[in-house]
Amino acid sequence: MGSTEINRCLSLFISGKKNYIALMKEETLIRPRTHGQRWRLPLPKFGRKRQDQVAGRLMGALTLTAALLAPLMALALLLRALPILRVTPLTDLLTGQDWAPLKGLFGFSPFIVGTFWVTGVGMLIAVPPSLLTAIFLAEYARPRLRSLLIPLIDLLAGIPSVVYGIWGILTIVPFIEKVAAPWASRWLGVLPLFRSENPTGYSVLAGGMVLAVMVFPIIISVAEDVIRAVPQGLREASLALGATRWQTIWHVVLKRAGAGVLAAIVLGFSRAFGETMAVLMVVGNVAKVPNSIFDPAYPLTALIANNYGEMMSIPLYDAALLCAALILLLLVLAFNIASRWVLTRLVRYE
Amino acid sequence: MKRKLTELFAQTLMGLSLLVVIGSLALILGTVIWKGLPALNLAMLTQVPKGGYYLGKEGGILNAIVGSLYLAGGATLLAVVVSLPIALFLQLYANRSRWVQFARLSLDLLFGVPSIVYGAFGFTIMLFLGMRASLLGGILTLTLLELPIMVRGMDESIAMVPQALKESAYALGSTRLETSLKVIVRQTAPGLMTAILLAFGRGIGDAASVLFTAGYTDRLPTSLMDPVASLPLAVFFQLGTPFPAVQQRAYASALVLTVIVLLTSLISRGLTKRLEKHIVR
Repeated sequence: MGSTEINRCLSLFISGKKNYIALMKEETLIRPRTHGQRWRLPLPKFGRKRQDQVAGRLMGALTLTAALLAPLMALALLLRALPILRVTPLTDLLTGQDWAPLKGLFGFSPFIVGTFWVTGVGMLIAVPPSLLTAIFLAEYARPRLRSLLIPLIDLLAGIPSVVYGIWGILTIVPFIEKVAAPWASRWLGVLPLFRSENPTGYSVLAGGMVLAVMVFPIIISVAEDVIRAVPQGLREASLALGATRWQTIWHVVLKRAGAGVLAAIVLGFSRAFGETMAVLMVVGNVAKVPNSIFDPAYPLTALIANNYGEMMSIPLYDAALLCAALILLLLVLAFNIASRWVLTRLVRYE
Repeated sequence: MKRKLTELFAQTLMGLSLLVVIGSLALILGTVIWKGLPALNLAMLTQVPKGGYYLGKEGGILNAIVGSLYLAGGATLLAVVVSLPIALFLQLYANRSRWVQFARLSLDLLFGVPSIVYGAFGFTIMLFLGMRASLLGGILTLTLLELPIMVRGMDESIAMVPQALKESAYALGSTRLETSLKVIVRQTAPGLMTAILLAFGRGIGDAASVLFTAGYTDRLPTSLMDPVASLPLAVFFQLGTPFPAVQQRAYASALVLTVIVLLTSLISRGLTKRLEKHIVR
């Protein structure tokens, strides 16, 4: 405050007017205190309730957007796949045997069948050991052993698929080439399923084995949760009747947990069904319907991943590949919805 | 007697299965370390590929390491921003109306969608917007991929919060928003962190979704619109060359990727322990 301002203040004070402070403010001789106040975000000042409401709306909108993602994906892929669906009807695409993009022939049949082969073999290998392991972890393992094993199984779930693929190339493929295939064609060669005409180990079986290890942790963790959720009283009742532990598990626990175990298997299946990189690296990628587990196959996922590079150069090729992605998406969605439907039925009649 | 034998038989089978599962883990880690370690050196971690790298000449995979960290880091950040509100909404705000049920079903279904489909979807969207393969495209696609994983993890951990805790917060007069931000998030911090790092691990290891959307380049990215390399694709491409020396590098790259993923899960465990002190029991 300069001396003139002090004089002005004094004169106002001495003048004896009652509202001298207001007058001083008016002439900005004293300023309102500004320091010490926190700066705030210049948000509109809602009441707390209104804030809550607005946040709820926003979060709801976000949730709805995320929920619409699956239909949106199907729609976007469908729009991109339309050019080929106009030229070739869907039934021809699904049953067509020939894949010759340069001649305009796009038959998905070998790829779809190949996917089912690899996934089927993988699940056959994966389900028994993973269910048994889940039962062991839930029913037999002591807490200390369990807390040691669970992180290891989580670790298995975290390993990236290319690493699985490398492992497959380095160990599974040579194993099949040098040991499994010669052995099977020698002893089981009469069965067409085990006949080996493929000189390399890149085969349905290799894909299946890699997939099996990939879905181990998924089936184990879900199935274990489900089995542990069975009420303890049921077990005690069965044991009290003189049943052994295994009898209790087989007749009581698994019966109760059946639906959940099925859900675990379906989850593993859909994961295996859509796996791309690991399978692509070991399965051989020959566009022919396999007849034996030692034949190479060409799954749908591998088809999409392998050809993305050249897909813009050949007419209709991109439409065909995105149509393959659409088929894959719809198949996976169908499995999941079907399994949910079955599950609600099973639970209802329990 | 027969019952005892069955019991013994079943236990033997269980032991064998456990051996198969743990044995395959050991075999995978063993193979990657055994094959990858000899080819790993400092130059691989600190240099970008130089001319003729894919023929066996000098260089490293710094481009892929940095690219992968950018991709997965960016995607995880975005996914947190989107998933946390969704999980909170589903647990605290949502009623039992039809569309909330639809949202839950849809998110569950998204969880099962293969990553290659995310890649193809991201690709169609980028074609629609006229974008080229770029860091941004890769981040957005990975965000979509990580979203259902993260939402599920967060949803489960928020569901574990005791009802009494929520009710105490409400009884003190706090709104749902205040309860979410000041009570629930703090209480579930370990679970949220686990979900976030799980999604990060999934994102960094995924190859199929970035194949279309992020592209591949030997240079370090300087902007969001640049194409960007990633570790899984580096492994894949190097393995695809016919030169044994380059394939060796693919094994080393796989080892780097595995180490990053394992470190993530270790960090997740450590953080979870630290965050647990805020929990009301």
